[in-house]
Amino acid sequence: MASLITPLLSVAPTRALVDEKFKVRVKNLPAGLPFTLHSLHLSEDNDYWEAFGHYISNYNGTVCVSEHLSLGGTYTGKEPMGLLWSLRPVPGSRKGLRLRKKNVSSPLLYTISVYSGHLTEGFRDQAPLASVVTERWYMAPGVQRISIKENIVRGTMFLPPGPGPFPGLLDMWGGGGGLVEYRAAILASHGYAAFALEYINPGEMATAELEIEYFETAFNIVKDHPRVIPNKVGIFGLSFGATVAFYLASESNVVKPRCCVCINGHTIFSRGKSFAEQSGEMLRNAHLIRIDEDDNHMWRNLFLSRDNTLDMEKINCPVLLVCGEDDQNVPSVEIADDIERTMHAAGKGHLLTRINYPGAGHLIEVPYAPHFRVTAFMQSRTQKIMMLWGGQTKPHSDAQEDSWKKILDYLEHHLFSSPSLESKL
Amino acid sequence: MICPIRMGMSYECSVLLSVHPSRALVDEKFKVLVQNASPGAELTVHSHLLSEDKHNWEAFGHYICDSTGSVNCKSLTMYFSPVQFSLFYWRARHMLRKSNVETPLEVTVSVYQGHLTEGFPEHRALAAVLVERWYMAPGVQRIPVTEHNLTATLFLPPGPGPFPAVLDLWGGGGNLVEYRSSLLASHGFAALALDYLTNDLTITTGKMMKNDYFETAYKFLEQHPQIVGSRIAMWGLSLGTAMTLKMAAYSKVMKLRCAVCYSGSHIQPVNGSTEEILNNFLKNQDKTRINEKQEVIWHDMGRVQCPLLLVVGQDDQNWPAFVSAMDIKKMMEKAGNIHLLTLLVYPDTGHLIEPPYSPHTRASTFRSFESRELYTSLWGGQTVGHARAQEDSWRKSLMFLREHLYGRRKKSNL
Repeated sequence: MASLITPLLSVAPTRALVDEKFKVRVKNLPAGLPFTLHSLHLSEDNDYWEAFGHYISNYNGTVCVSEHLSLGGTYTGKEPMGLLWSLRPVPGSRKGLRLRKKNVSSPLLYTISVYSGHLTEGFRDQAPLASVVTERWYMAPGVQRISIKENIVRGTMFLPPGPGPFPGLLDMWGGGGGLVEYRAAILASHGYAAFALEYINPGEMATAELEIEYFETAFNIVKDHPRVIPNKVGIFGLSFGATVAFYLASESNVVKPRCCVCINGHTIFSRGKSFAEQSGEMLRNAHLIRIDEDDNHMWRNLFLSRDNTLDMEKINCPVLLVCGEDDQNVPSVEIADDIERTMHAAGKGHLLTRINYPGAGHLIEVPYAPHFRVTAFMQSRTQKIMMLWGGQTKPHSDAQEDSWKKILDYLEHHLFSSPSLESKL
Repeated sequence: MICPIRMGMSYECSVLLSVHPSRALVDEKFKVLVQNASPGAELTVHSHLLSEDKHNWEAFGHYICDSTGSVNCKSLTMYFSPVQFSLFYWRARHMLRKSNVETPLEVTVSVYQGHLTEGFPEHRALAAVLVERWYMAPGVQRIPVTEHNLTATLFLPPGPGPFPAVLDLWGGGGNLVEYRSSLLASHGFAALALDYLTNDLTITTGKMMKNDYFETAYKFLEQHPQIVGSRIAMWGLSLGTAMTLKMAAYSKVMKLRCAVCYSGSHIQPVNGSTEEILNNFLKNQDKTRINEKQEVIWHDMGRVQCPLLLVVGQDDQNWPAFVSAMDIKKMMEKAGNIHLLTLLVYPDTGHLIEPPYSPHTRASTFRSFESRELYTSLWGGQTVGHARAQEDSWRKSLMFLREHLYGRRKKSNL
């Protein structure tokens, strides 16, 4: 009788930051046979997410995800991180789910398993040959999380470990609202004092009492923080957050960002009107909203107008534009083209850096996060729609990985090492 | 993580310090990278740890930045090739031991301007990060065991199993030392850390454990539903080695798949208990050499039937491990089972060969088991050689266990 031999499955490192790579390896398998590598994650909302790849063990009885090809599953080809970025809700889940971590002080836990054969379903009904657990963290050890509530401005500040002082970042998400901390947390893990700003509640885009002063005050909270270098504060915005960044960089007399990172933002802005009025107005252009055969809302045409846009020629700081070419929420590429033309005409083309990602959608996030083509979105407090964000999973994931690297290099260049030669004459 | 430096010409720059991975198992290497300093600048990379028993440990290395203003250190506790390097400069004569293996060691890694050797708290660091060093991988289960009067802790790897297992014995210091077992479980081996000197039964009865205590532990593993009963090994350090060698040679109950023995010897009474072994050790404490005319029997290592890995330090000042190892080799050559022996002898290495990247302790306070008095025990070893021995022997021990506990044994059908 053959004694049971368990395969040796390992994930290295066992604990990592969310943007770090890992190596998944299985040894001690019989050679030349089919196996499935599977990852399983239980979200804070109690939904199960999974990804899997089909492999054939080599002559050594080994499967190495970073070196071997996946022949099928939720990802194919040589994809070291495929078990993370191709994650999707398990069959039977609710529609329109989005995986977002609220509690960034604890890690995301993934169970990585190896199964015999090439499975595509029924993972719960079959015992894996081996399983391990890996932790993925937004916060590096020593990063401090501080709740901020100064007058009406609210959010969370993340401070890196060490004596400081640090360059700062105002971090803003889009019109979906709420307090989203995870990007600020990972930015702090890279050495930036990062302030995740909450400015509206979900569903309040068209109704919130919100003035531009709110954002200027938030920026100054970062700039005036005792552990922040005051002339090295930048802005990081996605979607509507990018629009706010455009405004602050071009029109504000109060704040002077050192640089801006803007992902898929639009430039529509009517002076003299509050944000709520502007958003309300835009959303009333119902004829411009397209709805596809699955009832998903496509908003990109709402932002194509060239009336009432920000004066981008007034921008005086370096700006990095990241555009998803398949963004169905904001016509990111067309808007970036306009910005580029405007800034070049004003002799400010040297301030602009832009990267277009083919096949990427609206929600370009931290690497190895799953891709969301459609998710539920609160258009108002009572109205939930299915929002089409766009993108195809593989090119979108490549865009997340590549853009993050470029963004970190960009921030490092402008906020860490840019020399400021001061004459002593 | 950074601090602006104002240098001669009002040129502001900020030093970037990063350590990867920031949360690692204690036996994983980590990389330290310093960037954005001035080319040719002198820097000190420093690590500091406050242990559970509130002692300060530190290490540091002196570096000179390259032309891009960067320094890339492979691992702080490894001898790299900087200008001047000091491995682990301990400030107190204590052993770095972690009792609670479920929480990590927290090490602060900092970079200072210039080549400093002391007074670190008085200087302002250019940058600092925190690194966690874990003894347990995620998903490893820690299960206290008290059945059958055992005092032990079982560590199970994550996953369905079943797993091969290791019976893990420490040395004469007693107490339940768990961190080697938790690391083994993090590498896929079920591991039972067994207390055999200060265990409940010894304390309540006042009697030392006999062989059947160890055999009970073995049977516990053999019968465990998540353990492959035919794939159990034993791993001993120091006094634990004496027990391991004895079981491997004589036990009728234990069918060990293989055994790993660190810094021990095979000089024991055959039918004696732990008490007698210790008595013999204490009787001969004043002797610095092995005397042929001892009243003990030297174990017949010719009787060992399983693969045996012996790890000894040539500078072991505590047990005559090296001489014992040479004798074991001779015995096994004579008996014809030498093919079972793998012998690793490390120069400049002392007695306490622990998992890698642990600080080396040349001498430390040890509580005498008999008298409960504190005395300083000289363990031996030179720091760099000892650190290398820890890294190399750990890697080879894991490979040895993988080969014998996970490998497919070819069975002859003759």
